[in-house]
Amino acid sequence: MTTAVTGNELADTVQRRFPEAVEEASEGALRVAPDAIADVCRFLREDALQDFDLLSSLTAVDYVEYFEIVYHLTSIARNASVVLKARVYGREAPALPSVVGVWQGADLQEREAFDLMGVTFTGHPNLKRMLTWEGFQGYPLRRDYLEPPLPYTWPQGG
Amino acid sequence: MTTHSEPTIVNIGPHHPSTHGVFRMRLTMDGENILDVEPVIGYLHRGSEKLAEERNYTQVITLTDRMDYVASMTNNQAYVLSCEALAGVTPTERGMYLRVIGAELQRIVSHLVATGFFLQDLGAFATPLMYSMRERERILDLFEMLCGARITVSYMRIGGVFQDAPAEFWPALRRILDDFPAYIDELEGLITDNEIVTYRTKGVGAISGADAINGSLTGPVLRASGVSWDVRVAAPYDVYDRVTFDVPVGDTGDNYDRYLMRIREIRESLKIVEQCVAQIQPGPVRATNAMLFRPPPGESYVPIEAPKGELGFYLVSDGTIAPYRMHVRAPSLINLTLMKQMLVGWKLADAIVSFGSLDVNMGEVDR
Amino acid sequence: MAPLEDNRIFSGVYGFFQGTLSAPEWLAYFFGGFAVIMTVVNGFLLIGTIFTWMERRVVGRFQSRLGPNRLGPFGILQAIADAIKLLFKEDIVPRRADRLLFNAAPIVMLAPSLMALAVVPFGAGSYVADLNIGVLYVVAMSGVASLAVLMAGYASNNKLALFGAMRAVAMLLSYEIPLVMTLLGITVLAGSMSLVGIVGAQGIPFLLVAPLGALIFLIAMSAELNRPPFDVTEAESELVAGYITEYSGMKFGIFYLAEFSNVVLAGALFAVLFLDGWNGYFLPSHLWFLLKVFGFLFVASWVRATLPRMRIDQILALAWKYLFPLSLVNLLLLAAETIAWPDPSTAELWLMAAINWVVALAAVPLLAMVGARTPARPRRVGFPQEVR
Repeated sequence: MTTAVTGNELADTVQRRFPEAVEEASEGALRVAPDAIADVCRFLREDALQDFDLLSSLTAVDYVEYFEIVYHLTSIARNASVVLKARVYGREAPALPSVVGVWQGADLQEREAFDLMGVTFTGHPNLKRMLTWEGFQGYPLRRDYLEPPLPYTWPQGG
Repeated sequence: MTTHSEPTIVNIGPHHPSTHGVFRMRLTMDGENILDVEPVIGYLHRGSEKLAEERNYTQVITLTDRMDYVASMTNNQAYVLSCEALAGVTPTERGMYLRVIGAELQRIVSHLVATGFFLQDLGAFATPLMYSMRERERILDLFEMLCGARITVSYMRIGGVFQDAPAEFWPALRRILDDFPAYIDELEGLITDNEIVTYRTKGVGAISGADAINGSLTGPVLRASGVSWDVRVAAPYDVYDRVTFDVPVGDTGDNYDRYLMRIREIRESLKIVEQCVAQIQPGPVRATNAMLFRPPPGESYVPIEAPKGELGFYLVSDGTIAPYRMHVRAPSLINLTLMKQMLVGWKLADAIVSFGSLDVNMGEVDR
Repeated sequence: MAPLEDNRIFSGVYGFFQGTLSAPEWLAYFFGGFAVIMTVVNGFLLIGTIFTWMERRVVGRFQSRLGPNRLGPFGILQAIADAIKLLFKEDIVPRRADRLLFNAAPIVMLAPSLMALAVVPFGAGSYVADLNIGVLYVVAMSGVASLAVLMAGYASNNKLALFGAMRAVAMLLSYEIPLVMTLLGITVLAGSMSLVGIVGAQGIPFLLVAPLGALIFLIAMSAELNRPPFDVTEAESELVAGYITEYSGMKFGIFYLAEFSNVVLAGALFAVLFLDGWNGYFLPSHLWFLLKVFGFLFVASWVRATLPRMRIDQILALAWKYLFPLSLVNLLLLAAETIAWPDPSTAELWLMAAINWVVALAAVPLLAMVGARTPARPRRVGFPQEVR
């Protein structure tokens, strides 16, 4: 059975490496500061004791005051999993570093979070809209998204 | 005299007989060689994640059917397991066995479709496709017996499945289990040693194990690259810890290995169904029958091994009857990450075949 | 030139016009010839149409399903229904297509195969013309098909169509050579280029005497006809429909018919060159001919239902690296045998057959090494720079 590494367990290790990174450690997840997320992820992947080499899932959740980016990591060799989170405050231009350099699998998932939630991942090589079309305004999955009036929604021409 | 050459940009899809749904690839080509590939998706985006926020937990099950529409049972299973983890519901024994039977039969169906269309892409003029479809029809008849629907089944519920299998299900299942190994042998005999298939697919589109893990590939694609990672073995759910089966692993991660993984997984699925049929006991099929499922606030993510890869539903609950956020970890979408690496340097014909070997379903990619 | 006057259709119509209508001789000759040509061409196209139906049924049965079975007994009227449907379809020409080439391509595709019919003997003494360079004439006619493909692909103003056309031209040109070499071998063996003469020279069918030639002919002809496993030009799964993507209505119908009629023509050639033409016991010669042609057509459908498609570079490698040397070997072997036994008796023919079979059986495993020789290694392509 995959051991679910709790946030508490991981907090000490991460704290030692990145002193200001850990914001909150709970049983379900480890929350780190958004600026440090890329470094923490790189550490978790490359460190021999952690070895989280598979990024299972990367997603964004809109809790109205902040966006929470959730990373589910898996270690194939140790058969362990952990949940990392990062909170980004502000709705105008939420941004945090991209982890594409750590796991290439983050590529399309970060594009989707950008497309549907509006979270910018700095350092992503190709942050374009993916599921909606080019020129689409707004971020559909946000809690306050309202569909614009009809003439806009359908692009003109072919 | 100077010759000036330019790369051609060729657009494959979205209207195309062979892109497994509405998928578009912009290929930059030098003659027949591929220089660059840019996949364009989103033609089937229906906003399932947003819709899920407007429906109660049981209604979302019907949404999940339609994501990977070739393999709805496993979609249901992943979602229902996530819901049960949210509220700590334990499904009934018989319910779990029926779920596993459904999921494994669905895996066989999905792999048959994948193999049939893979051969169709190779140009075998639909003959292996027809054979796969013929057998798939028999399994879809079983699904119809179970729940009334063939493709979008909505069979599973939080706490089990929604109805027990009728009396005529078991003899029909028995007949299929008896006939299938010979049928898989026939199909494999046509394909596995066929010279043209091996020339076209061996060595083409190879991905190394390390690249595959880094690219978050999962499922038969990852196992073909030599990494033995199967969620049914690593983190068993339902009754997978009570059945024994092998996990086929390939070596080079080329198109041929990916095809071979699926054929072998069909055989393993047959073994699992046999064991479940032997072990299943009478009993209730559903743990809770509450009108509305209202889990406590929290979140859950329970990954399962769907036919296309690791499928998981990340559910955030705020204590109401509808999910606050549902995110689908779609294996088909993530398996597209390494397309460029697989395709660049090969020829146009290989592009279609490599894409087909990934076994991508656009319903799941776009949700 | 005796045969035309011996031809019953010709003489019947000629006699009718000259005798009953007292028409001038040139007019009677014209109508007589016209009647012959109409019979031959319509018969040929009818068999082509029957082949479209037959292929769909045969392939369907191979795929454990019925083929067309609604229109007429066994669905035999399906081809007529298809033709009527195509006649009613809108004729779409892409806006920036090259109109002249676009419209001319179907005609250029169909006409040469009809012209090649002129030399094919359908039965004892039943042919339109007995050219003593019959084989050369047929080869020349089949070469025009590649022109039609290129016209269609280029004029469609569609990149995918052009892809298909480019592949087609490369493939067709490459496979002409082994084909012609094989026909040369048969000519040497028979001592005559005339198709009637070749049938006459077959004491035992050349399929037995020159199996390597027959094999190369089958493979090269499949490539010339764009039949699977060489159907890259119309690879439905890759290029939608290759060079005929932009065609609709009856123009598409003509391409469709031309493709299937070419297979019938190839069957007729195969029957004449290798299966001893119209000869056989008991049954009338025309019937034997038809049976042999339909046998070839069945095998063609069988191959279509079974084999996947090869990649274009593998196809070209097959032509140049394997079929071409093998066809040279075949030619050398047959030439040597013809020198050794210039006028072979039946026993000597069997001896030649035995030698040729041994060589053929050695050559087939050689062909099977094709895949191992075309390395499936990606070319790390940087973009080709300006070439001065």
